[in-house]
Amino acid sequence: MLKECSHQLEVVAFCCRHCAYAAADLAGGARLSYPTALKIVELPCTGRVDVLHILHAFEDGADGVLIAGCLPGTCHYLKGNLHARQRVNHIRGLLEEIGLGSERLRMVNISAAMGARFSELATELVETIEALGPSPLARISHQDTQNGI
Amino acid sequence: MIVAKQKELAKLKKMLHGHRKVLAVGCGTCVTVCFAGGKKEVEVLATSLRLASRVDGEALEVDETIVQRQCEDEYVASLEERIQDYDAILSLGCGIGVQTLADRYPDKRILPGLDTTFMGRPSEQGVWEERCQACGNCVLDRTGGICPVTRCPKQLFNGPCGGVRDGKCEVDSSMPCAWCLIWERMGRLGLMEQLMELEPPKNWSTSRDGGVRRIVREDLRLPEDDGA
Repeated sequence: MLKECSHQLEVVAFCCRHCAYAAADLAGGARLSYPTALKIVELPCTGRVDVLHILHAFEDGADGVLIAGCLPGTCHYLKGNLHARQRVNHIRGLLEEIGLGSERLRMVNISAAMGARFSELATELVETIEALGPSPLARISHQDTQNGI
Repeated sequence: MIVAKQKELAKLKKMLHGHRKVLAVGCGTCVTVCFAGGKKEVEVLATSLRLASRVDGEALEVDETIVQRQCEDEYVASLEERIQDYDAILSLGCGIGVQTLADRYPDKRILPGLDTTFMGRPSEQGVWEERCQACGNCVLDRTGGICPVTRCPKQLFNGPCGGVRDGKCEVDSSMPCAWCLIWERMGRLGLMEQLMELEPPKNWSTSRDGGVRRIVREDLRLPEDDGA
């Protein structure tokens, strides 16, 4: 049985510059806190997110990944967020096949004005990941460390 | 073009079981344009296999590379040195690519990452449909460019049959009747009279039914040394 370890959860959030990143900024400016586990990566648009970005995030130790984009119909690049949604749905299936589980990847849509909502969604997702526990890859690495490998 | 699709991850894991270091080799031609075995697909699959292996508590190494055409010796020859470092090669080429690798490197375990399905074309983005069965004796001049060998389940040559309903095939009602399409197309071309001439029974010996096929072009073969 694994002992409790001091594994620090990491959830990578790919945020589009025009909406989600601005919302995160607004949350920060209004001093609305969200978990430090969330590590934000700014992109011009969620349509830029590639399947490899998500897989490599998990391979490099992320416990969860959030894709945060504009509300449907308001994407600065017209359909980038719609392409991202389709891609995320496909990758959730892939994560199930891999054995990491689809719940570790989530996509949300918010506007730049929704600072409070960003804080809520970030907190919700980190709580979901906490309930799931660290990524199976982190658990295996920790067990290796415990076994002196 | 040849259209293929990746085998399911679970099947690939089973196939790779027991191997420790694998090289995934893509192909830059047909399987790139049907998004089954190109550079990107190789990267995604290799990463997925590494992740899945770690989740299972194993440590499978999967590296990635691609050759321009996996069906030609001159291109796969470039892998000669690198291939020695791996205990298995996962080919993301079509069946021809897998066999070319296996013939060239008979001492290496070569595994198929794809199921090669048919010769076809993309009818819309993300959808590929079969269009040619390589029957070896093309009749598209007589059918307005619509293939009755591929698109008619009964492979009729003087269709349609009596099963057509509202222009749809009785075998699969989501499919248009190929012979309805042929009659319509030949009508547009003003060639309907031609369809009234009966086609005799097809000689299938030029198709796969006649055995493994081979084409020899003497004009393209390398001349033999004359021993001078």
